[in-house]
Amino acid sequence: MPVIEFVLDGRSRVATYMQLVLQVKQALRVGLLRPGDRLPRVREVAQSLAINPNTVHKAYRELELEGLAEGRPGVGTFVVNTLAGPSLASQGELREELVVWLGKARKAGLSREDIAALIDTTMRSDFEPPAPQDLAAPADSRGA
Amino acid sequence: MEQALEAEGLGKRYGRTWALQDCSLQLPPGRVAALVGPNGAGKSTLLHLAVGLLKPDSGRVRVFGREPRGGPEVLDEIGFVAQDTPLYRDFTARELISLGGRLNRRWDAALARDRLSALHIPPDRPVGKLSGGQRAQVALALALAKRPRLLLLDEPVAALDPLARREFMQALMGAVAESETTVLFSSHLLAELERTCDHLIVLQTAHVQLSGSVDELLDGHRLLIGPRDAATPAGVDKVVRAAHTERQSTLLVRSRALPAPASGWTEHEVGLEDLVLAYLADAETREAETAWEVTA
Repeated sequence: MPVIEFVLDGRSRVATYMQLVLQVKQALRVGLLRPGDRLPRVREVAQSLAINPNTVHKAYRELELEGLAEGRPGVGTFVVNTLAGPSLASQGELREELVVWLGKARKAGLSREDIAALIDTTMRSDFEPPAPQDLAAPADSRGA
Repeated sequence: MEQALEAEGLGKRYGRTWALQDCSLQLPPGRVAALVGPNGAGKSTLLHLAVGLLKPDSGRVRVFGREPRGGPEVLDEIGFVAQDTPLYRDFTARELISLGGRLNRRWDAALARDRLSALHIPPDRPVGKLSGGQRAQVALALALAKRPRLLLLDEPVAALDPLARREFMQALMGAVAESETTVLFSSHLLAELERTCDHLIVLQTAHVQLSGSVDELLDGHRLLIGPRDAATPAGVDKVVRAAHTERQSTLLVRSRALPAPASGWTEHEVGLEDLVLAYLADAETREAETAWEVTA
């Protein structure tokens, strides 16, 4: 069974092959794909998404050019690099803590939107740069 | 490079009306090409000429370098699914597969059987009693059993409901990946083209309006928005379509490379659907103008 399955956003303006590239990169970032994994076969992707196999080839070529994947003739295309930073190791634990916290929030009567808004505003105040002059003009800090 | 399909000045006339005229195009091998245009534009005529069912009245057509009416060797290379997938309706899928084996010199019956069994299509029911989607799958499997190097399909999904249409395109794209066959299919569903085809032929009023690889066509066109009555920016080869309001002009242009955005103009990329529509509208306008001048 393939490690990941592609999905397409029909309303996106992003070209189809680029949507595939971005999904692989996202999977590499969160550790869903790791070096040594085989990407889904071109035929599988073309058939399940009803897209031109040449589009899948193009996406895989782009990943090869960026040094993330490598095609092995007759075998498939394999992940040879990762985009996951050193933070990946601690992500599992953080996620568990977050699940506990989300449970508490729900118990306290917060809706999905309430939780998203709370996280959003907290992040914004927490990430607010202490020394704005060091940063290259963040556009959204001007109105704050 | 040898082209999968090549036409030079190709024309076909019915009585005094040209169904296809002065058609020149090239389809390189390995492409998945869409043939688009309104009804009556000449799409079926072009496909029938390519498969040798019609004889050209002018020019010529070649499949892998040979004329399709030149002998059975060329026809071995071509798979054809005609409009509304005509099949012998009293025959079962199993019978059609063995019939195909007698009528064709190259025939992979196992390939057709495997495809149809994977799609759970009943082998022993007359195909006239199958659903439209299942019948289309039988026709596709039969065309693929020839192991064609060029697969031609005339409006393969026009009569199908959305689910059957998707299943058909899935089967077709999977087959292309497996066999690396060149495909040319006619369609007037523009929205799905960007996902399925990498080559495009636009036909209207019996003439080729546009033909080429999708990437090159998209690279070679831009949408320019600027002030009304400003001079067309330098670097524009041709204005395909122009629309004006009191103050603004919107131009769809063909251009190789625009040096720098001319002052007052903004430049946008063009989607495939918009590009096709612009060419179709342009051809329609020209035809109407010619017709009115003639009768005036």
